[in-house]
Amino acid sequence: MLCDNCKERDSVVTLTRSNADGVVTEEHLCERCAIERGIETHIAQPKQPLADFIGALHKQLPASPHDSGRCGFCSGTLRDFRSTGRLGCPYCYATFEATLRDWLRRIHGNSKHVGKRYQPPVPLVEEGATVLAELRDRLRRAVEQEQFEEAARLRDQIKVLE
Amino acid sequence: MTLDLSLLPDGGVSWLDASGDHAGIVLSTRIRLARNLEGFAFPGRARDGERLRVLSRVREAVGTAPSLRHHVLVRVDDLAAEDRLLLHERHLVSRELAGLDPQHPVRSGAAVFLGPGTGVMVNEEDHLRLQALRSGFAVSEAYAALDRIDEELGATVPFAYHQEFGFLTSCPTNTGTGMRASVMIHLPGLNATKEISKTLAGLQQMGLTYRGLYGEGSEVVGNFFQISNQTTLGRSEEEIIDQLMYVLRTVISREEDARRVLLRDAGYIIEDKLWRAYGTLRYARSLTFDEAMSYLSGVRLAVGLKLITGLSVYTLNKLLIFSQSAHLAQAEGRALTDSEANLVRARYVRQLLAEEAGTNG
Repeated sequence: MLCDNCKERDSVVTLTRSNADGVVTEEHLCERCAIERGIETHIAQPKQPLADFIGALHKQLPASPHDSGRCGFCSGTLRDFRSTGRLGCPYCYATFEATLRDWLRRIHGNSKHVGKRYQPPVPLVEEGATVLAELRDRLRRAVEQEQFEEAARLRDQIKVLE
Repeated sequence: MTLDLSLLPDGGVSWLDASGDHAGIVLSTRIRLARNLEGFAFPGRARDGERLRVLSRVREAVGTAPSLRHHVLVRVDDLAAEDRLLLHERHLVSRELAGLDPQHPVRSGAAVFLGPGTGVMVNEEDHLRLQALRSGFAVSEAYAALDRIDEELGATVPFAYHQEFGFLTSCPTNTGTGMRASVMIHLPGLNATKEISKTLAGLQQMGLTYRGLYGEGSEVVGNFFQISNQTTLGRSEEEIIDQLMYVLRTVISREEDARRVLLRDAGYIIEDKLWRAYGTLRYARSLTFDEAMSYLSGVRLAVGLKLITGLSVYTLNKLLIFSQSAHLAQAEGRALTDSEANLVRARYVRQLLAEEAGTNG
């Protein structure tokens, strides 16, 4: 049924009113017109803004087989993400792509970016070199701190990039 | 290092001048874009050296960006706690960048480039938080300024970007456009007529959310609400802006309606209440910040209803910012205890209102 007010959108709210003589009238409104009339279409006003709720959602992230994985660049895990709500680096998005796609859909109702497209500046060789330099730096520190497992992982990562 | 905000082109407060659209109701418009550099861990995970390298790359890029030519670099990590608080009170840096929470102290490499109406925070939750701040209701204008900065920086340093997910951010709630467009709005009419919860629920249904004066996690004081988009993925920047503007226009007109209703149905009660608020601010000897906010909200409403004339919105905006603790301490040139701050605040408010009354009769 179309909205009685704008006659454009589907109605979602039925407003029932009765006057002093007991005559009942019904009006069907779409969400937008209802909001404009100040009609509360929400069940109840949450005590906390939605942001807090969404902020806590990452804790509800369902366990998945990818959970055991570790980001090759920052060595972050999904467990870290679940406890802090933050990812470690841009490469985490590729490492945990399937889980994050699902999560993004839940939060944003969508996982597809439709905004501004971006083309990074040209000297990609140099960028690759920056990533490599960063990884080599991490490798050096891992060896210094005798974190050999981490060092082996970084070495493999560097090999792939090279 | 001591912070001298007079070095900034506009003291960082040109947005207070009440020159924008609907400036009586809408204090300011702020938009921010979250961006990260390819090849570096996000600031929360990065090591000190990595964050410093990010800062030095951003610094080079800022040097080549025409829109940022007059921007001043402030190394937040070099500042004393009171100066970091001052920047935050002025809405120039976030709480996180200023490192104000004991559990999240200031990070090495935390910095901000400040210029007239725009700023670039470095090593906040994301490597870059580009922001534009405007007086009044000026969403398109603020975005245009920000988009230029985004283009210029993105052409020099490679941003982390994913074909499907868009701009990648530390917290996936910002992924996609990385954009948060928000409007700081004063809604005493809707509050007094008990319409506010309906309005806020309506906002949430339209994909918008609200916060207090200082953004995330802050409480609503003095009837100031910061209304912004909730999601950043699946809608373009233009769609986000259009929707915010559409909904805000409705909120503004409902606030205006509520004010008319108040005057019509409760004229003398409201008038009395608002003049009492003004009287308290003119003569009180001690004011807490929350008290001051609450009375200023009343006086702002009285000015909007033209019950009080000869008092500018600019002065009210200044009171909002300069009556905060770090600003009072800076003006006094020393640290203040809470009770001292209350005395200094009351004196400052009295002075500013008396000056205005003196010049305007």
